[in-house]
Amino acid sequence: MSQKVLLNAKEVNIILHRLACQLIEKHTDFSNTVLIGLQPRGIFLADRLAKILEEDYKVKDIQLGHLDITFYRDDFRRGDKTLEANTTKINFLVEGKDIVFIDDVLYTGRSIRAALTAIQSFGRPNEIELLTLIDRRFSRHLPIQPDYRGRQVDVINNERVKVNWKEYDNEDSVYLIEK
Amino acid sequence: MSELSVNHLLGIKYLKEKDIQLIFETADHFKEVINRPIKKVPSLRDITIANLFFENSTRTKLSFELAEKRLSADVINFSSGQSSVKKGETLIDTVNNILSMKVDMVVMRHPNPGAGVFLSKHINASIINAGDGAHEHPTQALLDSYSIREKLGDVAGKKVVIVGDILHSRVALSNIFALQLQGAQVMVCGPKTLLPKFINELGVKVETNLLKALNWCDVANMLRVQNERMDISYFPSTREYTQQFGVNKELLDSLDKEITIMHPGPINRGVEITSDVADSKQSIILDQVQNGVAIRMAAIYLLASKIKQ
Repeated sequence: MSQKVLLNAKEVNIILHRLACQLIEKHTDFSNTVLIGLQPRGIFLADRLAKILEEDYKVKDIQLGHLDITFYRDDFRRGDKTLEANTTKINFLVEGKDIVFIDDVLYTGRSIRAALTAIQSFGRPNEIELLTLIDRRFSRHLPIQPDYRGRQVDVINNERVKVNWKEYDNEDSVYLIEK
Repeated sequence: MSELSVNHLLGIKYLKEKDIQLIFETADHFKEVINRPIKKVPSLRDITIANLFFENSTRTKLSFELAEKRLSADVINFSSGQSSVKKGETLIDTVNNILSMKVDMVVMRHPNPGAGVFLSKHINASIINAGDGAHEHPTQALLDSYSIREKLGDVAGKKVVIVGDILHSRVALSNIFALQLQGAQVMVCGPKTLLPKFINELGVKVETNLLKALNWCDVANMLRVQNERMDISYFPSTREYTQQFGVNKELLDSLDKEITIMHPGPINRGVEITSDVADSKQSIILDQVQNGVAIRMAAIYLLASKIKQ
């Protein structure tokens, strides 16, 4: 197994600030916007973006949630192992809100499809956008594209993109791992 | 992710401690789901479940059906009262006929102990025992332990007394297994005539004085007097049973600590417990009912994940 650095900590930091600025351009004061990180690893990106928006760009009262999509996936019983659920934490109404789904890697699009179904259990949003740090283009199974992307990468099928976060993996980095 | 060590939920006796923890952790997620505005997830949309009730049930049947529907499973219901069982059809024939309609999972209540185990040896579908005679009622025991865990933080180390008709109770047996597996101390308390002869062999304390039992415990699980299972008179009168083994507010207030009161239902109000106890803040009876749906969703979800396409 070999691995190659796609993004180092400095590059990740620059991209996070750029994504934060793009969100501000569209959503301005975030009064009707909620950020929702998708479990399991989109939550680190969502938490980080919320922190940058609040601390560096002085956006107040960011509404941030975590959404688990385990029970909405279409591959239940297809894998070898039971799908493990994670915590959903949405302590606000999504009815009429502009939602930004946040995930670390966009691959087949099936997780986002599941998230679109899952969020309906919390109400009917006004609009849903997708922000992703890594967009693995040419890998999509469904017609789903990000509205905000950090980096677009071309990856062949036996390669995997691994995003590391300082809070959880001790470093900010993105690796391309050959299986 | 670990998975259940069993393909059927026939009794607590067949489970490991880690199975119980896995069911509890999964139930935590489903509790969150059933508190959402839309309480349904699509996980089991390709699964068909047959609820086979060869014995009367209200809350267990409703709870299972709700759990199945909230997981988006297709559900068919069968009650022996209106079925060909009355014409002499055997259990295997009845079930095989239902299974030939492409059913994936069977939830069965049956008056005979071991009916689920017997069936599991003859059919391919996954089976959940919803009560077999006086043998086991695993999902009830799981929801009871889950409710204790929710109220007191943990089951391990807690002292639980099961009060009443131990002899005829599948809830008592499953509860004893489940509580012991999780490290709780268990006592049974009731009239001598309603305590099984070899109950000591299960490693439980035995008490016939309710006051002593209540002073010992953290939790009292009050069982229903099952008049329908009593072919002879096990105690002189209901009035005397209530005097000796019924819990009222006065008795609870006389204890020097606050204990948690449970009851699997249906309650004979004024017999096992008085209304002021059933409706008091010490009672977690309605929590048990709510937790029942989450626990059954978890059990069904985890078993269904082992049915491969």
